[in-house]
Amino acid sequence: MTVRRVMGIETEYGVLQPGRPMANPMLLSSHVVAVHAAAREGGRTKARWDYDDEDPLQDARGFHLQRASAHPSLLTDDPTRPAPSGDGPQELERPDVEEYEDPGAANVILSNGARLYVDHAHPEYSSPEVTNPRDAVVWDRAGEQVMLASVRALASVPALPDVALYKNNVDGKGATYGTHENYLVERAVPFSDLAARLIPFFVTRQVFTGAGRVGLGQRGERAGFQLSQRADYVEAEIGLETTLRRPIVNTRDEPHADPTRWRRLHVIVGDATMLEVATYLRLGTASLVLWLIERAVAEGGSGGALAIVDRLALRDPVSAVHHISHDTTLTATVELVDGRRLTALEVQREYLTAVRTALAHVGAPLDAPTQDVLDRWASLLDRLATDPADCAREVEWLAKLRLLDGMRRREDLPWDHPRLAAVDLQWSDVRPERGLYHRLAAAGAVELLVTPQEVERAVAHPPVDTRAYFRGEAVARYGDQVSAASWDSVVFDVPGASTLQRVPMRDPLRGTQAHVGALLDASPDAASLLAALGG
Amino acid sequence: MAGQERVNPRRDDEEPVDAPEPVAPSVQSRDAEVDALLDEIDDVLEQNAEQFVRGFVQKGGQ
Repeated sequence: MTVRRVMGIETEYGVLQPGRPMANPMLLSSHVVAVHAAAREGGRTKARWDYDDEDPLQDARGFHLQRASAHPSLLTDDPTRPAPSGDGPQELERPDVEEYEDPGAANVILSNGARLYVDHAHPEYSSPEVTNPRDAVVWDRAGEQVMLASVRALASVPALPDVALYKNNVDGKGATYGTHENYLVERAVPFSDLAARLIPFFVTRQVFTGAGRVGLGQRGERAGFQLSQRADYVEAEIGLETTLRRPIVNTRDEPHADPTRWRRLHVIVGDATMLEVATYLRLGTASLVLWLIERAVAEGGSGGALAIVDRLALRDPVSAVHHISHDTTLTATVELVDGRRLTALEVQREYLTAVRTALAHVGAPLDAPTQDVLDRWASLLDRLATDPADCAREVEWLAKLRLLDGMRRREDLPWDHPRLAAVDLQWSDVRPERGLYHRLAAAGAVELLVTPQEVERAVAHPPVDTRAYFRGEAVARYGDQVSAASWDSVVFDVPGASTLQRVPMRDPLRGTQAHVGALLDASPDAASLLAALGG
Repeated sequence: MAGQERVNPRRDDEEPVDAPEPVAPSVQSRDAEVDALLDEIDDVLEQNAEQFVRGFVQKGGQ
């Protein structure tokens, strides 16, 4: 039993040219990516994204959306229309002419194994695969530093526009952009079972994962404050779309791994969070609930744990998302299919009980990271029920609300005052001197879980225990000979070779330092690496 | 200070008067952290909040 699981976070950042609201966001985003690439040694910038294994139209419910009927925003696998498994390298034909580099498809594979690119008019940082929620925090914070480096670089070049970047999810005018969590899940769990058992969890977890938002309704048309940035944009229970009719459970079935063993659960309802504890618990608790479902399905219920979860089905999950987000007292109840009415905290407590029941059923001792997530989850649910203000060091919406309430008291401001909306936006500015989260953190007002040194290291180096290690190290060591890479491949272009050579990485837990570290150390160049891999 | 007198209304006189309840200093310092930021908020927050908020227009994403 453990919270260990392959996971990662993708974050689309809000992008602005200060003082120029009409600036083209696609162009600004391209600058964010390109300036980062230019700041690094030349060779790495050539690497393209390898789209060969991508299939964003594959639906986890077992059907495939016809390309012609898909909304254009779903076509993320074709850059010309603006998105090591143990096998040896595969030969690929070398293109006769240099492929056209679309500036809108700006893409950098970072030496930490992450992908930095332009997605839907936003710069996006897709973190490398990690194996636990604490590492997810480290490489998520590294993404903030990557974005900050681009902001600084653009500010230092007079010929390029200044850009401000925000780690948030809404503009208050109706637009939203995503922060997606990804979890590797055993394929053996039928998708419909997975979705049904996750929906009440995702609907109610916002009480401790929400980033807080000034304004109610998609365009902020009503004054007020709510728990979540994303809640008002949730319009469906289950679906393939990510840019319209956004669902609680997304069905994109693109595992980037062996599809007979794994699915990738793509969670699009979460908020981007600055507070480290919020990010940590968002991924940690989800991983525990996924473990519970996998385990219980495999062994017939896990001593009643699954039955607890199955009783939590909600009468109207989409309305419940909005209802819970709009209730800062945490006392609102939602109706269950079995007729009960529970608060979000009570639903979360049922999930906690179910996880504990399954753990007791297994009987094995817990590893320290799992115990820590469990303890923190239980503690927050207790304290949120009795004294929410006590949780403002850990829960982002409460940290933000504390600042907003302080301003409201001092200046007697109504909720629709622009100064409060400005606080909400500026909360997530990545610049430490401008970002209000950063100012609070510097004052010691939030709990930190990781050190600046760890984050700094993670900007340049990959996690050592997933295939991100091979990807990142390949870019760092042989960058000028990497022509493309993706989540599950690295393509090498070795001078003198008759073809490109593609190293597949279908298993996210291979290509680790333990697996290939010595091989990399013994390979002074890509040709010797490929020879050693059997190419 | 009035605040401290309110915090310890039932304290016996053998205890030093200035020994606060364990929770009191953390509550006070937490307020102090936010108060310090609020004191300087005008230096940090965009000068023209209304214009900044109106100009914060994004394209929808995923």
